[in-house]
Amino acid sequence: MARKSLGNIRRSFAPWADPAAIPQVRFESVTKRFGDITAVSDLTLSLYPGEFHALLGPSGCGKTTLMRMLAGFETPDSGRILLDGQDLAGIPPHLRPTNMMFQSYALFPHMSVFDNIAFGLRQQGLAREAVAARVAEMLTLVKLEGFAGRRPDQLSGGQKQRVALARALARRPKVLLLDEPLGALDKKLREETQYELMDLQAELGLTFLMVTHDQDEAMAMADRISVMERGRIAQVGAPEEIYEMPANRYVAEFVGDINIFEGMVISVEGEIIRIDSAAGLLVLDDPAPGLATGEKASLALRPEKIDILTAEPEGPGNKAAGEIWDIGYLGDFTMVQVKLDGEAGQLVKVALPNRSRKTETPIAWDDRVWLSWDVEAGILLRG
Amino acid sequence: METGTKARFSPGRGWPAPRWLVVALPYAWLLAFFLLPFLIVLRIALSDTARALPPYAPHWTGWAEAWNFLQALDLESFATLVGDSLYLDAYLSSLRIAATATLIALLIAFPLAYAMASAPRRWQPALLILVILPFWTSFLIRVYAWMAILRPEGVLDALLRGLGLIDEPLGLMNTETAVLIGMVYSYLPFMVLPIYTSLERLDRSLLEAAADLGATPLRRFVSIVIPLARPGIYAGCFLVFVPAIGEFVIPDLLGGPETLMIGKVLWTEFFSNRDWPLASAVAILLLLILAVPLLAYQRFARKEAA
Repeated sequence: MARKSLGNIRRSFAPWADPAAIPQVRFESVTKRFGDITAVSDLTLSLYPGEFHALLGPSGCGKTTLMRMLAGFETPDSGRILLDGQDLAGIPPHLRPTNMMFQSYALFPHMSVFDNIAFGLRQQGLAREAVAARVAEMLTLVKLEGFAGRRPDQLSGGQKQRVALARALARRPKVLLLDEPLGALDKKLREETQYELMDLQAELGLTFLMVTHDQDEAMAMADRISVMERGRIAQVGAPEEIYEMPANRYVAEFVGDINIFEGMVISVEGEIIRIDSAAGLLVLDDPAPGLATGEKASLALRPEKIDILTAEPEGPGNKAAGEIWDIGYLGDFTMVQVKLDGEAGQLVKVALPNRSRKTETPIAWDDRVWLSWDVEAGILLRG
Repeated sequence: METGTKARFSPGRGWPAPRWLVVALPYAWLLAFFLLPFLIVLRIALSDTARALPPYAPHWTGWAEAWNFLQALDLESFATLVGDSLYLDAYLSSLRIAATATLIALLIAFPLAYAMASAPRRWQPALLILVILPFWTSFLIRVYAWMAILRPEGVLDALLRGLGLIDEPLGLMNTETAVLIGMVYSYLPFMVLPIYTSLERLDRSLLEAAADLGATPLRRFVSIVIPLARPGIYAGCFLVFVPAIGEFVIPDLLGGPETLMIGKVLWTEFFSNRDWPLASAVAILLLLILAVPLLAYQRFARKEAA
């Protein structure tokens, strides 16, 4: 398998685009109810060998339940889960070729690091020397050589996370399940660990299924993301697809910051669509088959795709006048909120990159400004 | 308000109590209610029986006679204990019965506590109350109730005969089995509660993790549940074993004359034979025997904490 170009838009790894590719894991019309609540609703999803897949969504969207059904801790009410073509129904967790890294890490408090990692290997009936060798190998992999004799309560949060990872990987699972793997780490450590996990995954060539509510985490690490909403998948795609081409308003708003201009379609000429909104007449270039004049539609626009100008821009493209409402300096960029003229007075977020250390911000509170963006910058959201 | 608070806690104003008093209070308590009674019992154990009131000699007659008083003390009662096999038999029999009762209580209490800890959260307070409920009734009355159940042609016999399971009375009354039944029944809550507490705290995700790593249900129980419930198991065994070994009421009422237990021997020496020195010696030796599991438990607790 070609090594994936991580973080690069041009991916060489895209088996989901290949109709001949055989999925490793398949959820087929899986439904799971808890009492009156439907946690997972008629969900179908395929994971491909070597894929790093993220289930992204707010708490209660069913992402954890979906993962737990693959691990065998929950049983689907209907539908099937297949792993390498084998139906997992009726197979208890301890016989499944998956391993999970728990959100709480769930390290056995009465066992040393060595015994924690060795636990799964001993269940396989591996010989003592083989267990020791494999544990040593795992400790090297997660850079915890010399920690074998420690108890979990003698470890830092980051070290516990690594032990949990080593323990889950020790049995060479076909699929590694990660439940909020970085949730308990502080920001700095989280970023470091993020890249280590990605390297590890590429190195081992394993299929990873990760549950997270953190979109940055999902975007940075995953090959594909399933954005989940109330037990269903709202959209599956590579991070840049999810971000640049959200399928609907839910996905657009859940992943990243976005401005939404609601309005009505007044003309469709090929892929050039005009929308009448409270912010004025907006133009965008986005294919929208079957879109008709008079339909309700919105233009969604990411903050970094907008320019702030002090004078009215000339030429084609979109523009809107307003005044500076708020300026938030965030270091890598400055988030400016602009209140548009007009009755609605919509607030628009604009992200200005801070490219140089010494440029003075050309704008100040209450300045009159013009916003300008390209016709290709916006996304059409229907309905 | 703030200045008032400051004034109250400033040192040298006399209130709250100085630190030494806080430390001294529990020691004073132990001194007054444990060490002093122990010394009094020890002093009686070292005395000789006498036809007097109280029935032992010598008596303390002031500091002038202190030397004579001390010279009159001896280890005669302890010598009797060691010399007469009746006492050794009674100690061993008590140890055996208490250990058996503890083991049976553990075997019953563990599944019970496990079921309680696994029950839905909203049921757990009710289940706990059910375990504690017998304490609402006097201990003595409950043991009497067992007499009514176990005696020949009693409740149990009548029930089993009614069901056609037996023809002859079981004859449980006045046997060691009856003592064991009474003890297990009486001390079961002391076993259930600590085990329940340690199981209730057990993180369920540990069991899932063990299952995920290939452990069968039996393996999960042996490798995860039991080790993590160990503090509760030890505490429960301790709470049952210690009172059981010196138990008097249950062997006296349910065990009949055949059951030999040290609590009964002590009672007989004290009330029937009016041999206070020997009864005191029996009590002191019992205390020393009980110190063994106590120290072992403390050692374990310290190791757990470390």
